[in-house]
Amino acid sequence: MASRTGTHSPAGICKSLPERGLLLLMVLVFLEGSVLPLGAASSPDVTHQANSDNHIVKEAGHNFTKKPFPVLSLDYHHIQAPFEISLWVLLASLMKLGFHLIPRLSGIVPESCLLIVVGLLVGGLIKLAGEQVPPVLDSRLFFLCLLPPIILDAGYFLPIRPFMENLGTILMFAVVGTLWNAFFVGGLLYAVCQIQPGNPSILHQLELLPCLLFGSIISAVDPVAVLAVFEEIHINELLHILVFGESLLNDAVTVVLYHLFEEYAGVGSVTVMDVFLGIISFLVVAVGGVLVGAIYGILAAFTSRFTSHTRVIEPLFVFVYSYMAYLSAEMFHLSGIMSLIACGAVMRPYVEANISHKSHTTIKYFLKMWSSVSETLIFIFLGVATVEGPHNWNWTFVTVTVILCLVARVIGVVGLTYVINKFRIVKLTTKDQFIVAYGGLRGAIAFSLGFLLNKDHFPLRDMFLTAIITVIFFTVFVQGMTIKPLVELLAVKKKQEAKRSINEEIHTQFLDHLLTGIEDICGHYGHHHWKDKLNRFNKKYVKKCLIAGERSKEPQLIAFYHKMEMKQAIELVESGGGVKLPSAMPSAVSMQNIQPKKLPPAKPAERALSNLPKGREEEIRKILRSNLQRTRQRLRSYNRHTLLADPYEDGLGDLLIKKQKMIELERKNESEPAALSTE
Amino acid sequence: MGSSNSSVNNIPNAQELMQETGFSAAHILRLHERFEFLDKHKCGQLRPQDFGAVQELALNPIGDSIISAFFSPGQETVDFASFVRILAHFRPTDRNQSRDGAQQEPANSSIRKLKFAFQMYDQDRDGKISRAELLQVLRAMLGIQVTEEQLQSIAERAIQEADLDRDDAISFDEFRKSLEKVDIDHKMSIRFLR
Repeated sequence: MASRTGTHSPAGICKSLPERGLLLLMVLVFLEGSVLPLGAASSPDVTHQANSDNHIVKEAGHNFTKKPFPVLSLDYHHIQAPFEISLWVLLASLMKLGFHLIPRLSGIVPESCLLIVVGLLVGGLIKLAGEQVPPVLDSRLFFLCLLPPIILDAGYFLPIRPFMENLGTILMFAVVGTLWNAFFVGGLLYAVCQIQPGNPSILHQLELLPCLLFGSIISAVDPVAVLAVFEEIHINELLHILVFGESLLNDAVTVVLYHLFEEYAGVGSVTVMDVFLGIISFLVVAVGGVLVGAIYGILAAFTSRFTSHTRVIEPLFVFVYSYMAYLSAEMFHLSGIMSLIACGAVMRPYVEANISHKSHTTIKYFLKMWSSVSETLIFIFLGVATVEGPHNWNWTFVTVTVILCLVARVIGVVGLTYVINKFRIVKLTTKDQFIVAYGGLRGAIAFSLGFLLNKDHFPLRDMFLTAIITVIFFTVFVQGMTIKPLVELLAVKKKQEAKRSINEEIHTQFLDHLLTGIEDICGHYGHHHWKDKLNRFNKKYVKKCLIAGERSKEPQLIAFYHKMEMKQAIELVESGGGVKLPSAMPSAVSMQNIQPKKLPPAKPAERALSNLPKGREEEIRKILRSNLQRTRQRLRSYNRHTLLADPYEDGLGDLLIKKQKMIELERKNESEPAALSTE
Repeated sequence: MGSSNSSVNNIPNAQELMQETGFSAAHILRLHERFEFLDKHKCGQLRPQDFGAVQELALNPIGDSIISAFFSPGQETVDFASFVRILAHFRPTDRNQSRDGAQQEPANSSIRKLKFAFQMYDQDRDGKISRAELLQVLRAMLGIQVTEEQLQSIAERAIQEADLDRDDAISFDEFRKSLEKVDIDHKMSIRFLR
């Protein structure tokens, strides 16, 4: 038996064999577990019948036979639905764990591809076991349960500044680009289907409108796939926000086109009036979605103003209001995605000013957790749904679709960039255009929309589904896998990881004011002028309404400064409190001067402070003791209903006082160097 | 445009200015109109009080610094040429601009833009932003909402972060380095002046 080395050794696969074996065993057990209940599920009528028989017997006469009391009985039916759901979620999470245990694989293949493969395997296993594959990617489940967490996560943490700065470009790509794609693909597909002379095939049945409908389904860039792939390549912020923003905002276009063509595909023709109504409908869908989201966002911000006494349920308000924004928008057939993004983006600055530090962490981790699980499940289900079908493979249709999608995307991006660059200050280069075109991935939304189609109105629905799946596989596998090496090859600018410094914050605000002033001098009401007006309106009226107490008047710079100091103070305490103070400090005001040393927690104070004068040592020991005490205090509360008031929030004032004391101490030291007694 | 000066040839040194700053004739014309609007006394020069006609500047926290940036040190007035030269800093950068070695660096290059911003901090023109100068800017931007202690803390932290050669002041290079993640070409450009 090989000696047990440490837990994770990245050297080779052979060393982690016991772990892999264990994982494989667990996976097999759970797969069997999931197959058996599905098998049992497909024969519920037997038990039902037996039950009803028993019942009838009982009622018929009072002569019932006495059975021995069942000590142990299996009632799977009782818990079937939640059990299966939990099994799927568990499978998804275990897969996620598994991929990170195999380091080499996760470097080459993006997670989304691996998950689809797992889905294929699971689907295949279920089919082999002879059971019926459950319709997992049911459209209702997808749109109401799986998609919202991902979109909320994206919307809540959307970087507003780059998004707003590039809004024009993003809208152009989202609206005009998607329209171009839809009509190009749909139109040319119809033309190709008609040209086959001589031998009549089923393609000839295809009308123009179903083709256009198919084009509109397949042309939308998918936010889930884009997020999954782009997250791993760490590309620069501009490109990321362009592709991602496009994938979010094209939802409105897709919704309108889908409903328009679906309605009229039955009738067979579209008049000019319908087109006109379609355009109006687009405006209503987009603007209405944003409005609904903004209203719910303001409600959530207003509610959070009063939660200072019930900190425990603060995160709940954020989640529930956002979900209701999504559902309300979906109710009116408005764009749910845009509503969710608007809700998250609007409520965030006000909610974050109102809620406690812990709630903030909770919201962050819950959103990340849910969106992560959702994403994993979506890809697995995509694999399972592929196995299930129903499929109708048609070589011509599928290959033409794939080629047309690629061509349309490239032409669209190049053409639009040519127009957009006339209006941009910082132009998009060829490299940028390539990445934007290459990053146009399709995903599960296209599949779900195709799944929703009515078989009676669209007899070739199965062919559509097959083509959609092929395009999804192509983009996710081929484009997803090759985008990382291409980014390296083309030396595209990567994301800069460093944190925002206070200098940047100060100077950026300064430049904002400067540019606003210059615009005013030029007499031109430009970008900066309106942004300044919005900020002033926000400060004067909105913040007073939506933010509780003193925080409503806090300038942005101060809030930022406090956040940074807090972060450093927490790092200082968490590092065990080991502090190495330089003996001649120029000035001790900022936390930055106190560099935490990574010492083991055993006696850190003693070791680091041996070369300091006695008076100061005592002072610092007092600070450390009280800081560490606070940490211990935090852990003691586990009662769900009473959380101790967050010590760090009240503690910042104390920290500032202590810093002041240290400045005084040090000033005293500097003015009386002779009085220092060194040990 | 119903102004009396409808031709760019009426403006003195127009061609020279266009050459130097890269503004088109239409822009020079528009800026000249604006200059005349501000120049109430029609003397061809602007004084600091004339900038008061721009009401929004009064609300701007650094309005006074901006106005004084138009005037070279020691000068009381600014003529049209200087007005245009200052505004030329805010033209969007032409990435493809090719220039021979003899030509001076264009006014709207990243370096010149940064230099302009730096000079607004560095009022005494000694090439460094001292703590007092930084405090002055912070006080202007944050106003009466914060205490003196908070201002000192922020200024202290800012200097510590940016000051690499430990001379307790921020030189131009350190200033540039602290803004390296910001896209200056985008941030300090006004689309209208293209």
